[in-house]
Amino acid sequence: MARSPDRRPGFSRRAQYGIFTGYVIAVAGFLAGAGLLIVSIVNPSAFSSVRGAASEIARPAGEAGAETRAAGQSVIAAIGAYFQAGRQNAALTREVAAARANALTMQALEGENRRLKALLGIVDPMVKPVAAGRLIGSTASSARRFAVLSAGSSQGVRPGQPVRSAAGLIGRVIETGPGTARVLLVTDPENVVPVRRARDGLPAFVEGKSDGRIAIRLLNMGVNPLKLGDVFVTSGSGGLYPPGIPVAVVTEVLHDGGVGHLASDPADADFVVVLPVFQPAAVTALGASQQAAGPAPEPSEAGGGN
Amino acid sequence: MPFPRLPELPSLPMRPEDLVPQRINRAPSPLLASGLPWLSVMLASLAAFSPVIASAPVVPPLAFMVFLAWRMLRPSLLPLWAGLPLGAFDDLFSGQPFGSGIVLWSAAMLVMDTIDNRLLWRSFVQDWAVAGLLMSAYLVLSAGIAGLAAAYPLPLVIGPQVLVTLALYPLVTRFVALLDRIRLLPLRSV
Repeated sequence: MARSPDRRPGFSRRAQYGIFTGYVIAVAGFLAGAGLLIVSIVNPSAFSSVRGAASEIARPAGEAGAETRAAGQSVIAAIGAYFQAGRQNAALTREVAAARANALTMQALEGENRRLKALLGIVDPMVKPVAAGRLIGSTASSARRFAVLSAGSSQGVRPGQPVRSAAGLIGRVIETGPGTARVLLVTDPENVVPVRRARDGLPAFVEGKSDGRIAIRLLNMGVNPLKLGDVFVTSGSGGLYPPGIPVAVVTEVLHDGGVGHLASDPADADFVVVLPVFQPAAVTALGASQQAAGPAPEPSEAGGGN
Repeated sequence: MPFPRLPELPSLPMRPEDLVPQRINRAPSPLLASGLPWLSVMLASLAAFSPVIASAPVVPPLAFMVFLAWRMLRPSLLPLWAGLPLGAFDDLFSGQPFGSGIVLWSAAMLVMDTIDNRLLWRSFVQDWAVAGLLMSAYLVLSAGIAGLAAAYPLPLVIGPQVLVTLALYPLVTRFVALLDRIRLLPLRSV
């Protein structure tokens, strides 16, 4: 098939000028885009208001999608449960027996913990969620990992606040609009979370790998103590994330750390909860000292380590 | 109850043209004829608000694919500068740093123009090859720009995404061809 000849305007001066103007605008658009790109790489929050407005407009579509997702998952889960009913029943019976024993131990530990804390005079800050919402969209085709949350600044959501689901940490808010907010997921490489091993408090930090898994880096060098199946929870250092939220489960042990799967896959989360910043004063102080010290040599969020 | 035999079932219209009963003294609606390409690309940009919350880049860049398919099917329908507004709209939802869509989509339009001037003949396989090159370059450059913005060299996780994109492109062109027939339905009476 030969190409269509409609790009040859003949002798019409007007059509010739029209084509020339098209080229000029196209090249100007390319250059303008390059300029905007440099601006938005230097200052990532430069266009947050425009993005916020766009998310507001697309919000109904996203909410419908979120409900479809929940319904679709329950259908698939129901079918899966039918096929696995017998095996699952046996496994669950065993698990319940084990869990009952664990629960009794937990009760005893809790009581002991309360008494010890009372002795030391420590008061735990009451963590009351800021808002609850659904994840209504995600950047599924970009290498950056953002999600859009269906709650915004009118519900009290502010940039920096951590977001969690029932199963674990999802990420933190980075931009807010009136009714939507943009969440930096834990799997984004820019998101660094200080964690500790749930079993013994081994300090580490996790960093997104942007392929759905996260890299676990240890703070202490030496023999790698990680085991498959180790659970890491937030440690509360840095003052941003409240301690004790599950983040990752180790699935691969490397010579200097490990690779983990998310404790809470954002695709499974029906509702998510926005929590207040754990220690706002510490975060502000760290931010101020970082600004005074100039840019950090490597990407690390407020106070990254333990 | 007897199973209904095939001829008794009401038949669906097989072609979009069958939806319009009268064809004489009718012309395509100008709004639909020129607006449908823009609208379909913008709707594809909203695929970020689909029910899938992905924790890895797996979904093909649908908006860019629809955009390329329109450009290949009707070379003069979208103006040469269409990458500027459509890329900007895609940037609002794609999660890329603002401006990356504008740059890459405008560049794709200019490259397509050069290719059209060089290769005088068109065929299915050639279109697919050209689109495959453009889409792979788009994905690699997008990941590179995202890595610049994250100040962290992003790992090459886009391999599966590139394969899915290449495989899906003929389907997208098929869909765009259907939209093109809907676009030219004679809805306006002359």
